[in-house]
Amino acid sequence: MITIDFERCKGCRLCTEVCPKKIISVDYEKHNLKGYYTAVCTDNEQCISCSMCAVMCPDYAITVER
Amino acid sequence: MNKVLMKGNEALAEAAIRAGCKCFFGYPITPQTEVAAYFAKNMAKRGGVFLQAESEIAAINMVLGASSAGVRAMTSSSSPGISLKSEGISYIAGSDLPCVIVNVQRGGPGLGGIQPSQSDYNQAVKAPGHGDFHLVVYAPASVQESVDMVFTAFDTADRYRIPTMILSDGLIGQMMEPVVFPEKTNDIPEKSWACDGHKNKRKHNIVTSLFLEPDKLEKSVLQRNEKYKLISNNCADCETYLCDDAHIVITAYGATARIARSAVNEARKQGIKAGLFRPKTLWPFPENELRNSCKNAGHILCAEMSAGQMVNDIKLYTNCSVPVSFYGRTGGVIPEPEELLREIIKLSEGRQ
Amino acid sequence: MSVIFQKPKSLADVQTHYCPGCTHGIIHRLVAEVIDEMNIEGTTVGISPVGCSVMAYEYFNCDMIEAPHGRAPAVATGVKRADPELFVFTYQGDGDLAAIGTNETIHAAARGENITVIFVNNTIYGMTGGQMAPTTIPGQITQTTPYGRDPKTNGFPLKVCEIISQIDGTAFAQRVAVDSVPHIKEAKKAIRKAFENQKEKRGFSIVEVLSSCPTNWGMTPSEALKRIREEMIPYYPLGIFKDTDVWNK
Repeated sequence: MITIDFERCKGCRLCTEVCPKKIISVDYEKHNLKGYYTAVCTDNEQCISCSMCAVMCPDYAITVER
Repeated sequence: MNKVLMKGNEALAEAAIRAGCKCFFGYPITPQTEVAAYFAKNMAKRGGVFLQAESEIAAINMVLGASSAGVRAMTSSSSPGISLKSEGISYIAGSDLPCVIVNVQRGGPGLGGIQPSQSDYNQAVKAPGHGDFHLVVYAPASVQESVDMVFTAFDTADRYRIPTMILSDGLIGQMMEPVVFPEKTNDIPEKSWACDGHKNKRKHNIVTSLFLEPDKLEKSVLQRNEKYKLISNNCADCETYLCDDAHIVITAYGATARIARSAVNEARKQGIKAGLFRPKTLWPFPENELRNSCKNAGHILCAEMSAGQMVNDIKLYTNCSVPVSFYGRTGGVIPEPEELLREIIKLSEGRQ
Repeated sequence: MSVIFQKPKSLADVQTHYCPGCTHGIIHRLVAEVIDEMNIEGTTVGISPVGCSVMAYEYFNCDMIEAPHGRAPAVATGVKRADPELFVFTYQGDGDLAAIGTNETIHAAARGENITVIFVNNTIYGMTGGQMAPTTIPGQITQTTPYGRDPKTNGFPLKVCEIISQIDGTAFAQRVAVDSVPHIKEAKKAIRKAFENQKEKRGFSIVEVLSSCPTNWGMTPSEALKRIREEMIPYYPLGIFKDTDVWNK
């Protein structure tokens, strides 16, 4: 499973594109203090902990657990 | 220790090693090359670092690095080289780093010449680089004083975390005189701010001169200004010679002061009450002592190996309360005592 | 459940000032991961440049010095010579390293200084708003090459790894990219190698990282990565240009 740091994410979407399970998307409902709409994991059940999203994240905002 | 006969530039380098200078970075330029050459010969075997940099710019930035790492560091050059270093000097000042910079002045502007000059007074005292800052500037008038001032310059730099400069000239640098080196060096203070690896024992240190927010930059500049006030009170230094009853006071520093002294002696022989005021620090300028020295003077004669730079400060610090004349030779021409004596006589006749 | 990937310990827990999708953050992380893995945070001094990564000193938890524009290799030399046991790295952009600081870069390499240089090449000046860099590719539009870089008037780009690898003091020169997961893993290996070289005192090490600047390229972060692949890598081929031991061979 992954956890995305809400305040550190800038919503660049690089993680959403690299995710093989396509379970990350940007949540346009709420923004963080800096005003960014951030990435969220929509279905952590399906996460295979491949860490690709975290490797690609320029804001080291993603923690991966297995 | 016994007296030894040494060239000014070499004595200066020897003094730096004895004062605990760990790193010297330089670049060849006449007339200071003996400083670097002396370090090259002696530094490694005495546990220090000598490195010939690819440029003056690199040399001053190596000083920035070594000083950041907490060691005593120094560079030396001559006038055109100091211009190149001015970027680094400004960053060093803005980062509150201690170091010693030596300028063995030659004639300018541009490539100028290689003979002695004092035409970098304004650069050293007023604008050693961009931004609101000062160097403490020492002006030796003998080989012995070059030695003593190197020790003081390192101590002052560390005590206040500021860059200091020895403003020598081609004459003092090239001449040989007997010198005695101090027996021991003062303790070098702890540098808790240094970037020498936090060893997981403290928070990381940052050495920077960047403050993007105006109020923070202003605060850092004003804090440094408070430090400058302390330095002005504690570090200004001068020598006065026969000033108490002097009607004519010559103001001169460095090599020119030696020539002025001869002129004063000759004037006294001729019954003219002349004296010499010699600032040993050009910033901070010993302004109170200047005013005291001139209290009986009807005239001040400022002598320099320049087209007239310190003279403006003399007018400023005396508040133009005494008429100030100027006599200078520049371009590498060294004035003769007779030339200064002639000026003194002219002034004394005008007065009578 | 155990954590298998997280922010490296030697990076501060703050949001960086970089634009969304800027790959500086990836490169920061790779450097920090290497520092963590080698357990050298307490004996490392980093030098940040002038440019977008000027504030890197706020992000790395090791001791940090901010150098004048282009002078980072000279500052690093000063630190390393003052204490050769420290790990010293510079983190520099293309304008800093290959324009105003070319002299410092080349001579630090020529001296075989045991330092690590992380060279971030994104073919543009980022902080000042997107002007031509020494690595701007012919035809590339920037604020100061509004009709595209024309070598006839603007000259040709510098290929830094190719130049540096010709210098005897260079131990290691590799060009990597951060446009994809496999390339990022390769970049990490190169950075690790460049730091290990300091431990073994093998000489000057440089890792050139092809990086993106979505903001000044006028692209989305994803399009910017595509540009690294399709335009930059063909012009700046990836690979190891030199790998030797200058001082112990």
